Amino acid sequence: MIVQGRAWKLGDNVDTDQLLPGRYLSLTDPRELASHCLEDTIPRFSELAQPGDIVVAGANFGCGSSREHAPTALKALGISCLVASSYARIFFRNCINLGLPALTSPEAVLGIQDRDRVRLDVATGEIENLTRTFQCSASPLSPFLLRIVEAGGLTDYVRSRLRAERSMDR
Amino acid sequence: MGMTMTERILARAAGQSEVRPGEFVQVPVDLVFGQDTTMPLAVIEFKRMGAERVFDPDKVAIVCDHFVPNATVMAADRTKSLREFALQQGLEYYFEAGRGRNFGVEHALLPEEGLIAPGMIVVGADSHTTSYGALGAFASGFGSTDIAAAMALGETWLRVPETMRFVYWGDLGPWVGAKDLILHTIGRIGVAGALYRAMELTGPVIESLTVDERLTMCNMGVEAGAKNTIVPVDEETERYLEVVGVSEAFVCEADPDAEYHSVIEIDVSEVEPQVACPFSPDNVRSLTDVVGTRLDAAFIGSCTNGRIDDLRLAARILEGRRVSGNVRLIVIPATQNIYLQALREGLLEVFAEAGAAVSTPTCGPCFGGHMGLMAAGERVIATTNRNFVGRMGHPESEVFLSSPVVAAASAVMGRIAHPDEVVR
Repeated sequence: MIVQGRAWKLGDNVDTDQLLPGRYLSLTDPRELASHCLEDTIPRFSELAQPGDIVVAGANFGCGSSREHAPTALKALGISCLVASSYARIFFRNCINLGLPALTSPEAVLGIQDRDRVRLDVATGEIENLTRTFQCSASPLSPFLLRIVEAGGLTDYVRSRLRAERSMDR
Repeated sequence: MGMTMTERILARAAGQSEVRPGEFVQVPVDLVFGQDTTMPLAVIEFKRMGAERVFDPDKVAIVCDHFVPNATVMAADRTKSLREFALQQGLEYYFEAGRGRNFGVEHALLPEEGLIAPGMIVVGADSHTTSYGALGAFASGFGSTDIAAAMALGETWLRVPETMRFVYWGDLGPWVGAKDLILHTIGRIGVAGALYRAMELTGPVIESLTVDERLTMCNMGVEAGAKNTIVPVDEETERYLEVVGVSEAFVCEADPDAEYHSVIEIDVSEVEPQVACPFSPDNVRSLTDVVGTRLDAAFIGSCTNGRIDDLRLAARILEGRRVSGNVRLIVIPATQNIYLQALREGLLEVFAEAGAAVSTPTCGPCFGGHMGLMAAGERVIATTNRNFVGRMGHPESEVFLSSPVVAAASAVMGRIAHPDEVVR
């Protein structure tokens, strides 16, 4: 899977309160959540982000609250992939579960500037900056996680497992 | 080669003689829960999974605590849908403000209700699920879809974490307690200092703490990035379990030859009261460095510091005194049991006489939901766990994290203050 888009560059320790402020946690509709994504950090982010865009962040991306509202909002905006030096563990699991690719590369954050055009291969982890000469590769997902991503996320993975168990019962 | 406490619990759950860090294991879960902001998404995913019944209605809990008592019509709608889901699934453990014998903030409530035992695998749709390691359980926070899967299947997958062992020794100074120890620890290792790892809290100082105090420390392990935080089971744990009516438990300890990622020794004699300054829980300073900082508000409560021990300490400072005219103080006991206990002990009267607003249990202000939010330019000292940008309201407001005694003293002085300035 190849994705290409503009990069939105964020710093280290970007928490899920910034990605989706607490006052909106009663919302469940992905499009409504998307309209408040990063609103206190990057004014008008939800209007400026375009489908295909990529978010590039530093260390410990998505720390803090477990709220799945945060990656749900990013996905609903059409963000095609995340690249970070490292992720907070709950946020990383949530991304995998939602089928939002989350690549890990400490180099990417150094070689990509805000609004650069970036092309990346989610399967191999190859990252290419099309705005300036820069290439790097992200560490591949473990086979265990790839199984969930390939099923289309955890919901689809569980759905097929429950269906298989039911047909065996019959 | 021996195993750490976390490895022992995961090995037993996975039905293996041993597990090693980095290994993926599939484990049955003993308790799955979520709250009113995360559970609605979990219920949506549960239905999308084609699941009809939860794996065991006695092992699934729903605690409505964030936007309760319902702060908005939308929140009321979410709570109603969870109440209906609980009824339809036959869940015994459904909690909501103003309904039933006990209710309140999940991480104070579930241990009180006797739902947490040593050795359990506890998965919660809330990051502060790390709290329950205080009772020797493996407990970790998850997102809504993971919780939906756990409700449907009764199991989850985990990557066995490396363990960091913390050894606390020395004598606690005046006004120094569990909150100061965990803030000091986070300040020392940073917000990603325990990322993906288990934190095992040990040593004579931990042994001297009550379960309430251990809950405060384990609660904030996630602020250092930890997957879980755990404390060895001892007589204090057993005393607590007896009071709340837990009889079955898997008690284990780390092997003498267990392998740790690192061992960190902390001499608590050198720790002063601590304050985490905006905008990160690891931006920790000694109280003396920030004394005098102007304030607009103070908040005592939350899953970190809303338990009876915390309220007793705050009341010790506030008894016979008034909250400064420059600030407003909000006090929120974490559960109805704690509220009633504080009422019987006269603590609520102390707070009310001091001029504080005392509320029924809710997470409200801590996550910027409702019940006392901050305007642009305002500063609050709070006994909570996070001081991120906009955490308690406007993105231009500021949150300082402290213990209940420091928050109470600051409320009296109208600025960040040392308890010695108030109680001599």
